[in-house]
Amino acid sequence: MNFGFSEEQELLRQQVRKLLDEQCPMNEVRRLIETPEGYSRELWKQLAELGFLGLLIPEEYGGAGLGWVDQVVMFEETGRTLFPSPLISTLLAASVIGDIGSEEQRRRWLPVIADGSRIGSLALLDQADVWSTEGVRLTARRRGDTFVLDGEKPFVVDANRADLLVVAFRTGGDDADLALAVVDGDVPGLEVTPVPTLDRTKCLGTVRFDDVQVAAQDVLGAPATAGPAISRVLDRGAAAVCAEMIGAAEAALASTVSYAKDRIQFGSPIGRFQGVKHPLAEMYTDIESFKSLVYYAAWALDRAPARVPLAVSEAKAFGSLAFSRIGIDGVQLHGAVGYTEEYDIQLYLKRSKWARPMFGDEDHHHDRIASLGGY
Amino acid sequence: MDFDFTPEEEAFRDEVRRFVAENHPGTETPDPGAMKKWCEKLVERRWIGFSWPTEVGGGGGTVLQQFILKEEMSAARAPSLGFDFMGLTWVGPALIRWGTDQQKRRFLPDLLNARSLWCTGYSEPDHGSDLGSLQCRAVREGDEYVVNGQKIWTTLAHRAKWIFMLVRCDTDSSPSKVRGITCLLIPMDSPGIEVQPIVSLTGVHSFNQVFFKDVKVPVGNRLGEEGQGWRVVMGALAHERSGISEATEKVRHLEDLIELARGSRKNGRPALEDASVRRKLASFQARISAMRLNGVRHLTRQLRGEAPSTETSINKLLRGSIEIEMSELALGLQGSEGQCEGDWQARSLNFHGTVIGGGSPNIQRNIIAERILGLPKD
Ligand SMILES: Cc1cc2nc3c(=O)[nH]c(=O)nc-3n(C[C@H](O)[C@H](O)[C@H](O)COP(=O)(O)OP(=O)(O)OC[C@H]3O[C@@H](n4cnc5c(N)ncnc54)[C@H](O)[C@@H]3O)c2cc1C
Repeated sequence: MNFGFSEEQELLRQQVRKLLDEQCPMNEVRRLIETPEGYSRELWKQLAELGFLGLLIPEEYGGAGLGWVDQVVMFEETGRTLFPSPLISTLLAASVIGDIGSEEQRRRWLPVIADGSRIGSLALLDQADVWSTEGVRLTARRRGDTFVLDGEKPFVVDANRADLLVVAFRTGGDDADLALAVVDGDVPGLEVTPVPTLDRTKCLGTVRFDDVQVAAQDVLGAPATAGPAISRVLDRGAAAVCAEMIGAAEAALASTVSYAKDRIQFGSPIGRFQGVKHPLAEMYTDIESFKSLVYYAAWALDRAPARVPLAVSEAKAFGSLAFSRIGIDGVQLHGAVGYTEEYDIQLYLKRSKWARPMFGDEDHHHDRIASLGGY
Repeated sequence: MDFDFTPEEEAFRDEVRRFVAENHPGTETPDPGAMKKWCEKLVERRWIGFSWPTEVGGGGGTVLQQFILKEEMSAARAPSLGFDFMGLTWVGPALIRWGTDQQKRRFLPDLLNARSLWCTGYSEPDHGSDLGSLQCRAVREGDEYVVNGQKIWTTLAHRAKWIFMLVRCDTDSSPSKVRGITCLLIPMDSPGIEVQPIVSLTGVHSFNQVFFKDVKVPVGNRLGEEGQGWRVVMGALAHERSGISEATEKVRHLEDLIELARGSRKNGRPALEDASVRRKLASFQARISAMRLNGVRHLTRQLRGEAPSTETSINKLLRGSIEIEMSELALGLQGSEGQCEGDWQARSLNFHGTVIGGGSPNIQRNIIAERILGLPKD
């Protein structure tokens, strides 16, 4: 039992923090989200060169072969600065390929993801807000050796910038007929319509499939492995979002605390008033508790797969509620400047609204906790 | 980051389970005779004061083994680890930290052998949350202190043999009002001590007022230096807050609450079919897991040699809100039955004591805001 990060992990944190502070401070974040791509290809390359894109990818496929606890450290930092990038999507796409892909498929895709030349994403659910295999409705037709996709996946994260999409579909009526395949972003018949987002550091798009052909060699995994793989990647996605939520929530708290120390009203820093300091204490309490839950979930992802679903749901349920409140209180405690474009706290509020439904909101995860607990 | 227990720790868990299977008296609250027997068995194993160092006669277990011990005892709904919760949770650790060799030899054996019963004299009628302004006075006369003043809300003062007591030795002219505070260990049968019962809203006599009139206390009964009492009590309060905010008891209450929901109906349908009921239960579960993990997280700091401190306010806060919301849900599920006497009714009343005891939620928020976040004091 040890609830601490290793020296290597602390070093990783420092490296990522330093890089983001230098290369992507908040004014750069604000500049990037105004660009069509929404992120810096330059910095993406740099992340790749430093090995940060392949932390979870095994060494034999060009990655660092590290675990989720390490990845959480990195996401805490990207969350803290609201770093705009297709990092989570790419990592999750790679994780599915690593999970059930054949040796040949791993060799084909994982190294080019780790070296930054390909960006990936997930296009799993066609029913928004059904965060399980039941949300997969797209049904493929067989045409000879290939599958043909016709339909639409809404709310695909980073759809506009993905070079490859891990797409879920059905080949029949059973859960055993679920399938996953890697589809090229520029395959004929695939069309992405970007959707404007509230949190502009994140991108969403609708992906339309119009007679898109999926070759047999691009289908991942043996028959009947796709369903469980989808469930697993939904948990990994929730964990990744939670880790970014920690960093963002801590930054929102830090910024509000510092404002409360500086802003003088009634002859005193507003942080002296309990109406201000007590919500800040509650934020701190929630963040520390949330961290405990997320670190445990990350450890379970590395070491105790059977404990993942409950651990992830407890973390995401708790965090969705806590971070939403932190976003709201953070803005409120800034007074009118909190309502301005200029102050960064609004960006964290928007991130909280992004994070809450992502991979299931508190209702979804509370329901799941109850089901897993047999009540 | 590692959340597995070592094979040795797992073996210890098995040992505790076997012990409980063999020795469980069949109830969580046995009669005094059975409780005495239970304690003797615990003493034999040195499970009372289990994590105290062997040099002072403790069991020499790690704080994690102690965590396992408590978790297993609670899971089996076994009686508590000894009678003397206050003595074992904060008086003992304070003695180990601040006591002279002589004091350790004098007090620790009784604690370890389940022969002690301590009470705690902090609060006074006019000094509750603002403990630092306490007024109970001790004047030094030769080798003795003469104590005059009053304490209140003193749990178990009517049965305790000793009181772990805060007094003021200066005449309040010092700029920092906590400077004169001193900790004394006083026998409850000292001449000049008078205990008057206070009945709680549950109808039970658990706490008291205690009056001190010219009570003579040998200087050798001072814990720490004169004027050092505030440091002693800060450590003791951290032990208290972590001790009363362990997740184990909440885990049991949630099990009970789920059972209650299973047998209840809401709007004519099984209560567990109601999404809002299930989600509330699940949110308690997530928050209790957070409490448990926070607790483990704080213990691993102690393994690295850090003493418990302000972080204990986190679980104290979580505990308060969980308890109140859980009993509200329970009574809501019971409907009209909730108007009758029962376990949940008792809990819903008891919570009002436990939420305030050890420092109210507002005080915990102040501690976090001021001492951790660095906001100005109010
Ligand atoms: C069941 C029980 C057992 C106890 N056992 C013991 C014991 O064994 N020994 C002992 O010494 N004491 C004991 N206490 C006393 C306990 O420590 C005090 O009740 C507690 O510290 C609060 O003090 P008070 O009751 O005087 O309330 P007050 O300090 O008068 O507070 C009243 C209300 O005002 C709020 N408040 C006070 N100051 C502030 C502030 N600065 N900012 C915001 N809000 C504030 C509090 O949160 C509270 O809600 C016990 C209490 C209970 C309920």
